[in-house]
Amino acid sequence: MNYFKSDLASLHADLVAKKISSKELTQATFDNIKATDPKISAFLHLNEDQALAQAEKIDQAGISDDQPLAGIPLAFKDNLVTKDEPTTAGSKILENFKPVYDATVVQKLNAAKMVAVGKTNLDEFAMGGSTENSAFKTTKNAWDQTKVPGGSSGGSAAAVASGMVPAALGSDTGGSIRQPAAFNGVVGMKPTYGRVSRWGLIAFGSSLDEIGTMTRGVKDNATMLSAIAGHDAHDLTTSTQPVPNFAADLTAATNVKGLRIGLPKEFLAEGVNDDVKQAILAAADTYRKLGATVDEVSLPHNKYGVAAYYIISSSEASSNLQRFDGIRYGYRANDVKSLDDVYVKSRSEGFGPEVKRRIMLGTFSLSAGFYDAYFLKAAKVRTVILNDFKAILKDHDFILGPVAPTTAYNIGSEVTDPMTMYMNDILTIPVNLAGLPGLSLPAGFSQGLPIGMQLIGRPFDESTLYKAGYVFEQNTEFHNQIPTLGGQN
Amino acid sequence: MANRINREQVKHVAELAKLEFTDDQLDALTPQLDDIIGLFESLGEVDTTNVEPTSSVTDQLNVMRDDVAEDWGQSHALLKNAPDAARGYIKVPTIIDESED
Repeated sequence: MNYFKSDLASLHADLVAKKISSKELTQATFDNIKATDPKISAFLHLNEDQALAQAEKIDQAGISDDQPLAGIPLAFKDNLVTKDEPTTAGSKILENFKPVYDATVVQKLNAAKMVAVGKTNLDEFAMGGSTENSAFKTTKNAWDQTKVPGGSSGGSAAAVASGMVPAALGSDTGGSIRQPAAFNGVVGMKPTYGRVSRWGLIAFGSSLDEIGTMTRGVKDNATMLSAIAGHDAHDLTTSTQPVPNFAADLTAATNVKGLRIGLPKEFLAEGVNDDVKQAILAAADTYRKLGATVDEVSLPHNKYGVAAYYIISSSEASSNLQRFDGIRYGYRANDVKSLDDVYVKSRSEGFGPEVKRRIMLGTFSLSAGFYDAYFLKAAKVRTVILNDFKAILKDHDFILGPVAPTTAYNIGSEVTDPMTMYMNDILTIPVNLAGLPGLSLPAGFSQGLPIGMQLIGRPFDESTLYKAGYVFEQNTEFHNQIPTLGGQN
Repeated sequence: MANRINREQVKHVAELAKLEFTDDQLDALTPQLDDIIGLFESLGEVDTTNVEPTSSVTDQLNVMRDDVAEDWGQSHALLKNAPDAARGYIKVPTIIDESED
């Protein structure tokens, strides 16, 4: 069964009309994963038996018109806890961990009767931009298996791009949904901070983390976000704002006429690859032709985003990761003689080098004598960066720019140099610091590799981003290209 | 190397973080951290006089709830995740090292 080019709406229509059953679709998904994943290594864990049993149950109950996601397979990034299924966060320290509950987003998609097929690879604790920091395997880019898939949601992005699943969830602390989406030519949304419950997301930087959706098309993405968003009593940072039916706004009549778009000059500055720059300028022209205005604007403090982010996120991580102490769950070192030994040896043997580096940076930034100079200063610069965005978004509907300075790079080329790796996040990080929604979608190709563009909106205005993304998709062909290794082609 | 952090300080921070590094690891880590802290110091160029720090960007403020314990009936499942457990308790190595008495 080939459904690589089917979107969620057409799968839903086929399921309702009983042209296909959920069990057939789920079985085809596993057959396809078995044929494709040996080349991609996107999955850490598959749950075939449970998924097929669940699909059969869904078929027996019948799928009605008002269940747009029922019977459709998806994958979860492995830092989302799933009851009784392994959840590792890509870390040896959680290698044998089985959560006792489902994350809120997992509960919501289970209730929507989606069929979870497995858990996808990531940089350990979502710290990284290439998925090479996983303790378990190296995921490959769907377009070129010598290239990284991006990260940290590299497994989810590559699984969607190679046609193994029509949708996946990821998490984004500094670009971890948008950048792998860009590197793999798929659509990735980091929603507004507070739009989606983080309950059951293994915490990295709690003031920055956000769960989001990864799909092949904009409309599918919108459908998925409506299904996972909303207030949750288990996460009191979630907003009580109503959740729109985002996909309902995406029709033949949707347009960008009269919209004002800001194009920050800093987003096209030094360090951004020329092909990427040209793709973004071409996208700006597309929007102009469709009736929007595009102004050059400025985010004067953008270049300080990386420093502020690595202080804040590492500080929050060093605190969040204190819970991994070898006592209640997770890895415990052998041959320990004292309680302090349990802590120190379990953590030192269980965490990988990048996670340790971040814990060290965070502990340093928060330590006596350095707190004011580092953590507090970064928190103030965060306010300055937030104000830069507010100033632009006061009279612009959204901001347009690239997702990453380059396309996907070679596996192994950057992992040894943390500084180069950190600087690559310069275009995605400020959005997390400001808590804004950011949508990444295909906008071109350079030497056969996808280029992504990013639309950044006002708080809780994902709707405008989806509309603008949808209109762009309707007027371009980039999203119709699929990798040749392609799951099912 | 600008020496914003030296080897002894790295060892001190590691102690605070309950991590330990071999000598070789310390040799590699110290200049890496020094480089990154150098990047952090670029924030000094931003004038933050009278700027309030941002610690959260949620639109929810001071949400209160009653502190009520709930029994999820999952203590057995939770203990299965413990590295070592017996009779409903998590087992840890001897906490007091008697040899030091």
